[in-house]
Amino acid sequence: MKTNDVLLRNVTKVVAFIIFLFSLHLFFAGHYNPGGGFVAGLTSAGAITLTLLAYDIKTVQSMLNINTIFITGVGLLFAVGTGLLGVFLGKPFLTHVFGYVNLPILGKTSLHTATLFDLGVYLVVVGVTLTIIQSIGESD
Amino acid sequence: MSLLHLAILLPFFAALLIPLIYTWTKKIHTGWLVLPIPVILFIYFLSYIPKTAYEATTASFNWIPRYGINFTVVVDGLSLLFALLITGIGSLVVFYSIFYLGKNKERLNNFYAFLMVFMTAMLGVVLSDNLIVLYLFWELTSISSFLLIGYWYHRERSRYGARKAMTITVFGGLMMLGGFILLHIMTDSYSLREILAAGPAISNHAFFIPAMILILLGAFTKSAQVPFHIWLPDAMEAPTPVSAYLHSATMVKAGLYIVARFTPLFAVSGVWFTVVSVVGIITLLWGSINATKKNDLKAILAYSTISQLGLIMTLLGIGAASLHFDSLSNNLYAAAVVAAVFHLFNHATFKGSLFMMVGIVDHETGTRDIRRLGGLMRIMPVTATIAFIGTFAMAGIPPFNGFLSKEMFFESLVEITHLNLWNVETWGILLPVIAWVASVFTFVYSMIIFFKTFTGKIKPYLLPKKPHEASLGLILPPAILAALVVIIGFFPNLIAAPILEPAVKAILPTLSGADDFSIHIGFWHGFTPALLMTIGVVIVGIFLYKTHRFWKPFLTVKIPKWLRIGKAYDNSMFYMEQGAYRLTMYVMTGWLRTYLNYMLFSFIVLVLGTLVITDSLNFDFSNLTQVTVVDGVLAAVILVTLIGIVFSKSRITSIILLGAMGYTISIFFVIASAPDLALTQLVIETISVVLYLLVFYHLPQFSNIEEKPKFLSVKTLLSIGVGITITLLALSAYDTTFYESISQYYIDNVYKEAAGKNIVNVILVDFRGFDTLFETAVLAIASIGIFAMIKLRLTKRRRKHENE
Repeated sequence: MKTNDVLLRNVTKVVAFIIFLFSLHLFFAGHYNPGGGFVAGLTSAGAITLTLLAYDIKTVQSMLNINTIFITGVGLLFAVGTGLLGVFLGKPFLTHVFGYVNLPILGKTSLHTATLFDLGVYLVVVGVTLTIIQSIGESD
Repeated sequence: MSLLHLAILLPFFAALLIPLIYTWTKKIHTGWLVLPIPVILFIYFLSYIPKTAYEATTASFNWIPRYGINFTVVVDGLSLLFALLITGIGSLVVFYSIFYLGKNKERLNNFYAFLMVFMTAMLGVVLSDNLIVLYLFWELTSISSFLLIGYWYHRERSRYGARKAMTITVFGGLMMLGGFILLHIMTDSYSLREILAAGPAISNHAFFIPAMILILLGAFTKSAQVPFHIWLPDAMEAPTPVSAYLHSATMVKAGLYIVARFTPLFAVSGVWFTVVSVVGIITLLWGSINATKKNDLKAILAYSTISQLGLIMTLLGIGAASLHFDSLSNNLYAAAVVAAVFHLFNHATFKGSLFMMVGIVDHETGTRDIRRLGGLMRIMPVTATIAFIGTFAMAGIPPFNGFLSKEMFFESLVEITHLNLWNVETWGILLPVIAWVASVFTFVYSMIIFFKTFTGKIKPYLLPKKPHEASLGLILPPAILAALVVIIGFFPNLIAAPILEPAVKAILPTLSGADDFSIHIGFWHGFTPALLMTIGVVIVGIFLYKTHRFWKPFLTVKIPKWLRIGKAYDNSMFYMEQGAYRLTMYVMTGWLRTYLNYMLFSFIVLVLGTLVITDSLNFDFSNLTQVTVVDGVLAAVILVTLIGIVFSKSRITSIILLGAMGYTISIFFVIASAPDLALTQLVIETISVVLYLLVFYHLPQFSNIEEKPKFLSVKTLLSIGVGITITLLALSAYDTTFYESISQYYIDNVYKEAAGKNIVNVILVDFRGFDTLFETAVLAIASIGIFAMIKLRLTKRRRKHENE
């Protein structure tokens, strides 16, 4: 019997977006409030998992044409690269730099290389979760 | 590196070259190329005789100086005697083997390479001064002997014999290494001469007796003393030149060399005297009795070798008494050492010739079984003459050299009864009695070898080949040895002053001070007890030989089972293998749950045991926080879900309950003011439950059979035990804060240093970002692993191939 889950799909369209935004919030608020790369990554993955549940794997893959393992790799590169940044500045591995920088559009902004590191964690978690869920889901 | 070192290593280098040369010189028998090496060495060592009479020659070569391990070589009388035996008989054996081993049938390169390695090893053993180097060469003799016994490796018996010899001699070798190390601990030196010089100082050391026992174990196993003699008869599967060389003249005497060498050190203890002479005399008796019941000529010779080695061992033991008892000023005990050295030399000559004689008989008739042989005297007169000389020397009949050394043996044994040691008046009388009985049996088997082989009727229908006299090449080496037997029998003093005397002085260094010591081996002593004993041996021996066929079945059948040491060895090997196999099969069940049980059990024992033994169980609840109602409710919820998980019968219930427990824990985190943890726990729990549900359909049901949970099963007990252990550990560890927490630093510096306010996140990415980096790596590895396991399943790929 083929079910028509129009309700689920429509709700998903809205909710997944909200979840994704929430994960972005968690990510950027991480340094001051509860959150951070790990939870944000998991939440983003949760958003995508929700769409996976509402649609099927092929549809989601055509929506998000991404290679999850590639994302994991990029995340690791970010994490290691941030660490190496300290090395290039003549300091120990993983020494972070922060300060206020005048950006062209945003103006005076507080920036911290720990965010880049967190971005790495975020990408890894997203990639890992999606890889696991997709490969298990695809298998028969 | 001196000439002496090169002399020792020369055969080894030759062994390296032999395989290279072998392929190029197919036309010449490889033995001819090898022959010059032992001959040159023999001449070289002969040149040491005049020098060694006065002093020992030393040469050193640094090998591992930091550990005191140097290739130091010392030539003294004892070493020289052995070196001459090794190279001299080595030359004859190589010569003999040229005619014994066919050029086209045998793998000569292997044979001569092994033989040369053995020669180096043997020279190294007798000439080394450094114990570690000595041990090195010692093991090299075991290995090369192993290779030589297993030379015809396609025969099952050869492989068995080689394995047995290897097992036993390597066991002894390792024991000896232990003894050497103990000596090193006591004296802080590896040098044999230094240790011997330190002898009296260490005789009260706690390690003195253990070191002695260990070294004796090494010597007894190598020299085939009871009960380690069992490898020697099986080593007779080797080619006859090997038996003649290794298992009669040289290698089996390595143990005697060790005993003689360590006599000055250990003889101060009465234990040495007792152990060496008692083991020696038992071996003497046991070997000689067993030799009479064998039918194979080589087996008879093997047991006779064992017996003769026991004789020499006994003499060395008695000789040690002269060092133990200072009161013995006379030279009578030293005479025992003289007899030992003399018999050692004699035995090498006549046993070498006898083995070669048996090789000739085997070669020309195709059998070594005395029941098939007989009447060969007319066909092979020269061989018969050699056999006559060898067997009669072995039996101790004048005018051969065996008579002289056996006389000296009896004299020493008569002398030992006068010794006042541990009631020797009563028990000591056993020594000469046993020795006399053993000599009677020695006489009997010697006669069996000669008369059963060479006299009586010839039985051509039993012989695989048509017998004829051997070629000159085969005859010559045993003939030279037999000639030596006769010459030394008539003129014993030819070797007494140049060779035997320095050897005895090396064994008993206290004698070197006494100038009046000199050896004179007389042929006629008058009517001493020893002569009467010899006459008795001959008379009783002739009687026993005549009645041999009547009492032989008694020996072969009636010997009690526990005395069959060879059988015991086989059984012990079998049961060791079986036992190890069964133990492995019993312990390694292949079930992961069994191994988990092992681990948990050891965890409980180790942790709980440590807690109890160190008396660390202390419970201090003064610092506990207040328990609220919410805490109690949450704990109750967790408890309920736990019980549900353990006792639920369907998997889906368990999964859902597991999720419920995870969410409860996240609430705990909320209460404990850990918002990050709570968030993460919540999401992770969700995702893992989703994953569980994803794989759920692929999993089998729980076992369909209704199982009543057994409360007293091993798993129940273990899980309860682990729970109790962990609880006790946690309670004991709760109030043992020795240092102030470092978290104050984080609180103070989280904004100042890291520009953040979420302390958890700052610790994760900044203060301790290194951990996080590798946790992400762990996640990545896990995901790639899952991806690989699912996508790259071989079965799936195969199915794809089939579809194509």
